[in-house]
Amino acid sequence: MSDRTKVRILKVAVWLGALAPLAWCVAGYFQDWLGANPIEKLEHVTGMTTLLTLLATLAVTPLRRLTGWNPLINVRRPLGLFAFFYAFLHFGVWAGLDQTLVWSWMKDDIAKRPYITVGFTGFVLLIPLALTSTKGWIRRLGKKWTTLHRLIYVTAALGVIHYYWSVKADVRIPVLLGTIYLGLMAIRVPGWLEKRRRKKARDYPSTAALSPAAGRFPSR
Amino acid sequence: MIIRRPPDIPSSEITPGSVYFNRRAFIKTAAAGVAAAALVPSGLAALGGDRPQQIPPRFKNMKSELGEPLNSYKDITTYNNFYEFGTSKGDPSRNSGDFHPRPWTVSIEGHVDKPGEYHLEEFLKPYKMEDRVYRLRCVEAWSMVIPWRGFPLADLIKRVEPTGDAKFVRFTTVYRPSEMPGQRTNVLDWPYVEGLRMDEAMHPLTLMTTGLYGMDLPNQDGAPLRLIVPWKYGFKGIKSIVKIEFVEKMPLNTWHQTASNEYGFYANVNPHVDHPRWSQARERRLGELRKRPTLMFNGYGDQVAHLYQGMDLAKWF
Repeated sequence: MSDRTKVRILKVAVWLGALAPLAWCVAGYFQDWLGANPIEKLEHVTGMTTLLTLLATLAVTPLRRLTGWNPLINVRRPLGLFAFFYAFLHFGVWAGLDQTLVWSWMKDDIAKRPYITVGFTGFVLLIPLALTSTKGWIRRLGKKWTTLHRLIYVTAALGVIHYYWSVKADVRIPVLLGTIYLGLMAIRVPGWLEKRRRKKARDYPSTAALSPAAGRFPSR
Repeated sequence: MIIRRPPDIPSSEITPGSVYFNRRAFIKTAAAGVAAAALVPSGLAALGGDRPQQIPPRFKNMKSELGEPLNSYKDITTYNNFYEFGTSKGDPSRNSGDFHPRPWTVSIEGHVDKPGEYHLEEFLKPYKMEDRVYRLRCVEAWSMVIPWRGFPLADLIKRVEPTGDAKFVRFTTVYRPSEMPGQRTNVLDWPYVEGLRMDEAMHPLTLMTTGLYGMDLPNQDGAPLRLIVPWKYGFKGIKSIVKIEFVEKMPLNTWHQTASNEYGFYANVNPHVDHPRWSQARERRLGELRKRPTLMFNGYGDQVAHLYQGMDLAKWF
């Protein structure tokens, strides 16, 4: 099986997996599975899916490094865009159904309730990421694209905090998601440190002998 | 509130002569049936869901005193906060199948002239049950209109004769982790405790509750005995009560103990005092789309506001 076919299959799997929660919500509305408080249920499902897709997006690069299979990068954009899609649905359910588009209530909540401030900020920060996800924008922004898209580290953290602060007492799942997030960030740290070391060695070759990795270079 | 006495016994409920005269055999067969049913997987024993045939007809067009329709039996029995059975709204109806609300003992303790321990049937015998339609407002900002069945706590208090040292009433839920899976986690400190000031306990609205929609409470709603204090947030309505103590000091209620800056002892419904993390100005009445404004004391202000005259309700939340 060629890499191209494998990537195709993976993309189909991502689409099916990512659309399943939406299908469940729509079916639930017609089949009356959403329970006594359907708006709350919709907020919960869309929010949870946003967080899970964000974490899946963050897992792509570490998986790429671990497996050494670079074509994996091709599922990162669909995953990221699905995260934005569900964040948009989550915001839409809140604004349209929970707050019934009453702007004064919404402004009040965003300003005064920290968990909503944080959630709204996270959603807003995802917008430039979604808009610049195309090949055109990657080309146009060049190096700056990578810098901009580091915002996903911030939005994922804001998402977890938003969830943690919305829960009454049972913080087990938010804590679990937070732990996974920290793990996905921790995996990246050695890579960042190595990049910094290499950059320093490139910019200041004479200092290479002074770095902790000096032993790797012939010191003569 | 609307108080209704159940009407005269309809003929459909009169025991047929053949059953009455053979009642000992009938009871033996029924007991054997119950024993067999106890072996049935717990999931089947859980009550919940729509039971339209069994809901007595008097509830058909019943409304609250403000003209609000009742929430459905299904909603009331499938959307519950009862962490003893799990922390999701659907957990109590799903996970309370193993819980046995009979046999049940209630003990009356503390500063009373007539303490005692009673089997539930004995305990309930002196009281006449009433239908009471009350709004239930959860601290999470949702609410329902529920036709409870019970008797005023004041009647119980008068019977047990509290002494002058009794300033508060303290209630305790059963501790039974073998039948209540949530009690095996430590999301809250078990057993659940709640309390009322003596005048709140004596108030005519305060209800010792044994049923809803004219039928016994299902497990997920606090079988077999719970408290309902309609002008306070729902967490004051302690469920599956085994102990009622008359004490001198203000009881440390479980939610206040868990997060003292978020949940107080008084917990009076108050749109002007927000929860630290969310607003209490509005609520979602289950079944309605647009949120409705929360009423001071949940709409019972004309009957209870006098209890709190001169109290800073932002301080004593």
